[in-house]
Amino acid sequence: MDMINVKINGVEVSAPKGTTILQAARMANIDIPTLCYLKDINEIGACRICVVEADEGRGKRLVASCVYPITEGMQVYTNTPNVLESRKKTLQLILSTHEKKCTTCVRSENCELKKMAYDMGLEDECKYEGENIQYEIDDSAAHMIRDNNKCILCRRCVAVCNANQGVGVIGANERGFKTHISSAFELGLGTTSCISCGQCIAVCPVGAITEKDSTDEVLKAIADEKKFVIVQTAPAVRAALGEEFGYEMGTNVEGKMVAALRRIGFDKVFDTNFAADLTIMEEATELVERVTNGGKLPMITSCSPGWIKYCEHYFPDMTENLSSCKSPMQMFGATAKTYYAEKMGIDPKDMVVVAVMPCTAKKFEIGRDDQNAAGVPDVDISITTRELARLIKRCGIKFDKLADEQFDQPLGIGTGAAVIFGATGGVMEAALRTAVKMITGSEAGDINFTDVRGVAGIKEASYKVGDLDVKVAVASGTANAAELLKKVQNGEADYTFIEIMGCPGGCVNGGGQPQVPASVRNFEDIRAIRAKALYDQDAASEIRLSHENPAIKSIYDEYFEKPGSHKAHEILHTSYVKRGLY
Amino acid sequence: MGSTISSIPFAGTPEQEKQLLEVIAAHKTEKGCLMPILQKAQEIYGYLPIEVQTIIARETGYPLEKVYGVVTFYAQFSLNPKGKYKISVCLGTACYVKGSGDLYNKLQEVLGIEGGGCTPDGKFSLEACRCIGACGLAPVLTVNEDVYGRLVVDDIEGILAKYND
Repeated sequence: MDMINVKINGVEVSAPKGTTILQAARMANIDIPTLCYLKDINEIGACRICVVEADEGRGKRLVASCVYPITEGMQVYTNTPNVLESRKKTLQLILSTHEKKCTTCVRSENCELKKMAYDMGLEDECKYEGENIQYEIDDSAAHMIRDNNKCILCRRCVAVCNANQGVGVIGANERGFKTHISSAFELGLGTTSCISCGQCIAVCPVGAITEKDSTDEVLKAIADEKKFVIVQTAPAVRAALGEEFGYEMGTNVEGKMVAALRRIGFDKVFDTNFAADLTIMEEATELVERVTNGGKLPMITSCSPGWIKYCEHYFPDMTENLSSCKSPMQMFGATAKTYYAEKMGIDPKDMVVVAVMPCTAKKFEIGRDDQNAAGVPDVDISITTRELARLIKRCGIKFDKLADEQFDQPLGIGTGAAVIFGATGGVMEAALRTAVKMITGSEAGDINFTDVRGVAGIKEASYKVGDLDVKVAVASGTANAAELLKKVQNGEADYTFIEIMGCPGGCVNGGGQPQVPASVRNFEDIRAIRAKALYDQDAASEIRLSHENPAIKSIYDEYFEKPGSHKAHEILHTSYVKRGLY
Repeated sequence: MGSTISSIPFAGTPEQEKQLLEVIAAHKTEKGCLMPILQKAQEIYGYLPIEVQTIIARETGYPLEKVYGVVTFYAQFSLNPKGKYKISVCLGTACYVKGSGDLYNKLQEVLGIEGGGCTPDGKFSLEACRCIGACGLAPVLTVNEDVYGRLVVDDIEGILAKYND
């Protein structure tokens, strides 16, 4: 490999050809601030915050380090008065059109712009005052709010929406001073083919894009003595919630999370993992059924509401390939308001099911049709991991001081197979573990299906299960899903079973997870770090097969009879619609 | 900001759509095909309403927002049809210092439309233009081929009244 030698602030660095100054500086442990830059997907050198002085033998010139490649013998200076003054001016200009309502901004604690102003020692945030356009706030979508008054036009949201998700419902409209991020014809996001994945929220450096906050609703329900309020937590939440309380990324905080939820005042603290195991029972049964009776193949998983909405908008001809299983969150709600409500003698109308999800599309999903097994919505309120963190802070709970606690029974019992639902490939692996048992009657020799693990956008594997050749594929991020599905449509691939998760890397990197600043996101793989917490929990679990979950066994004995029964179909399965494209 | 969909009902013909599809087919494999397609589309329809942009998005595979973003970036593209009477107000330097900005504002107010827009009855459209080479007559506006010069705001109502058919 061609190596290039440069000096950055006098430190010698040798890096492969093509390395940018930003990356090379990082190798010398020098941090350069960035705003618009997102590795691989938004390398546009537009914001000019990352400028440095580079001397290639023709004197020092200001260049954008995020896109400028190093050249042999280059001298780079990242902290000269010229550099610092340039960055400061740029930041002041950005701030001149940024609505500075910082005290009440939801990003107050982790705003990248605010931190940058602090780091740069900016003393005059209002240096360039002038005309500003007042933008209307777009709250037309079920899950999120876009406030262009806070937008700094970095285009990170546009980049993820296009490059990672293949959706592209937001972009830059107009030009010059009037440039703003919006959807076509200024129609609200709620009327577009936005899939609600929230990846734009996850990468927004400021408070311009946020989820619709439902924490007040949660507190109101808890305060209502007539309501029996249940909470369920998705597997990926425990792998990321700790980040909001200063824990290292990838720390599993399940025990403290349960303790915190109890202190907030939920009547029961349950685990979506229980319903993930239930999903596996239903989905594996459906798969075996489709394979043996010539049903529609490949069957595609239906756990991810972002993916479901994507399929309905962009691949409406493939909605029959979707498993009819509700997502684990909805299965949980449906089970809580039927089986559990009956068992406890509670009127489902008096029950409030709150879901804590790594996801914003769940806020859309709870309002879908055919998601009300007990005649009332299966799930009443869905909040993100970030909202839970805010709730814990608002309730004055010292998270790090809490002793670990256990989920309540019986809907709090989940297996290792369930906990890996939070990472790409996890649903596939969990399903394979149980499908092998269902098809062959005996357990898989090795229950670790490692071919489907890892952060690759598309993974393929094939397994011999009894007499069957089972070809599987896994995709995460809907742009990857589209690539995979086009192969299926063109007849280039004949998979039996496909797992698709809407967000790249799966739920651990969901749109509802704690925001990770670009300074970390660009250099570490948050998908892999968080997923490891889940795979570690699986490996350490006593029970790692969904069909071995004792609570699952008894719910079929007592209530559903058997997987795929008429009753199970009525309560645990749903239907889809075909949606237009724009 | 409300929707920017034109309030004038779309009146595209199958013949126009056929022409548009031919243009798209001829360009869609080129890199940067949107510009030539949009330019030809505007020649065919006179403007680029949502119906036309949707066809372009569908046929090229670009998201509708991407198409719309390009259309709103360039001043040459219009989201609204031209009226039967196309009013252009010169906002070039000479006309501007002689008060053409006030003429432009007055027209927006009287017609009830923004610059670049068209009255709902399709009669008048309004746009700003740069120097038309009649600086001696500043401030100047044109209605189709008719040129009006040395204007004051109070002349506006009278000019519009001439086009009363």
